[in-house]
Amino acid sequence: MIWAGVLVASAACYALKLAGLSLPQRWLQEPRVQRTVSLLPVALLAALIATLTFSTGHKLVLDVRAAALGVAAIAVLLRAPFLVVVASAAATAALLRLF
Amino acid sequence: MSQARKGIVRDAVGIGVASGAYALSFGALSIAAGLSLLQTMALSLLMFTGASQFAMVGVIGAGGGVWAGAATAALLGSRNALYGVRLSSLLGRTQLRRVAAAQFVIDETTAMAIARDRVEDSRFAFLATGIALFALWNLGTLIGALATHALPNPKVLGFDAAPPAAFLALLAPRLRSREPLAIAVAAGVVALVVLPFLPAGVPLLIVAILVALLGLRR
Repeated sequence: MIWAGVLVASAACYALKLAGLSLPQRWLQEPRVQRTVSLLPVALLAALIATLTFSTGHKLVLDVRAAALGVAAIAVLLRAPFLVVVASAAATAALLRLF
Repeated sequence: MSQARKGIVRDAVGIGVASGAYALSFGALSIAAGLSLLQTMALSLLMFTGASQFAMVGVIGAGGGVWAGAATAALLGSRNALYGVRLSSLLGRTQLRRVAAAQFVIDETTAMAIARDRVEDSRFAFLATGIALFALWNLGTLIGALATHALPNPKVLGFDAAPPAAFLALLAPRLRSREPLAIAVAAGVVALVVLPFLPAGVPLLIVAILVALLGLRR
């Protein structure tokens, strides 16, 4: 099951890369398409952050992951490197779970 | 090799090394999410676009399901199509070249290629960055994955809290003006409001549809 998803999603991502090189330029240069495609990652990343932090299954929850995200936000504001941002969030969650 | 090309190679290797850090955390998070070593490597070799890979394993790790993860990864991959538009005139027009070059069409290679004055330098920068990035991205993934394989229980180490932090780091540079910031906040709220009532993965699709409606309106 995971394999099927990995291969299908990889094929889709490759197809999108190839589409940009191959489709008629005027389709993708259309301003509304440009605007939509540049807003899509912003919305999806934000929705991922919200759902992965504040839910378990179909329940909304507030737990140590919220604190971990807060620490990550501080690290981002301080312009910390990517690894530091990720590791500080993981460490925060791990430490809080000890108590 | 000319002075300009040496500079391009130096920058390409620098970008590759920097991406290795992302790759280390991707490899680690993928194993912690329950993917095998081979599946993790398949993502870095075949998908080869960072945000989509993180999304795929983030959703799977949170129990959101493989297909929800796959759909999110594909939606996040749509921006690479726009990079292709900017690159197509630089990379040559034959179909064979396009098929071969497409896998390297991502943020970093595009940025490096369009920063050049001459077409030949653009092509060279695209290829040099693509090769350096592909090699070090996969090496970093392998090291991160192998290191995490050796851990008894990655969840205890807070690995479930890491993907949102990774997404925040990827999102932050895109939030410099008011419109994207408002859209990010709205997307997060909408996803949480509909989440209790819908199957896993559907909240993200709803967010994608709303953004499409917003972006495509006249």
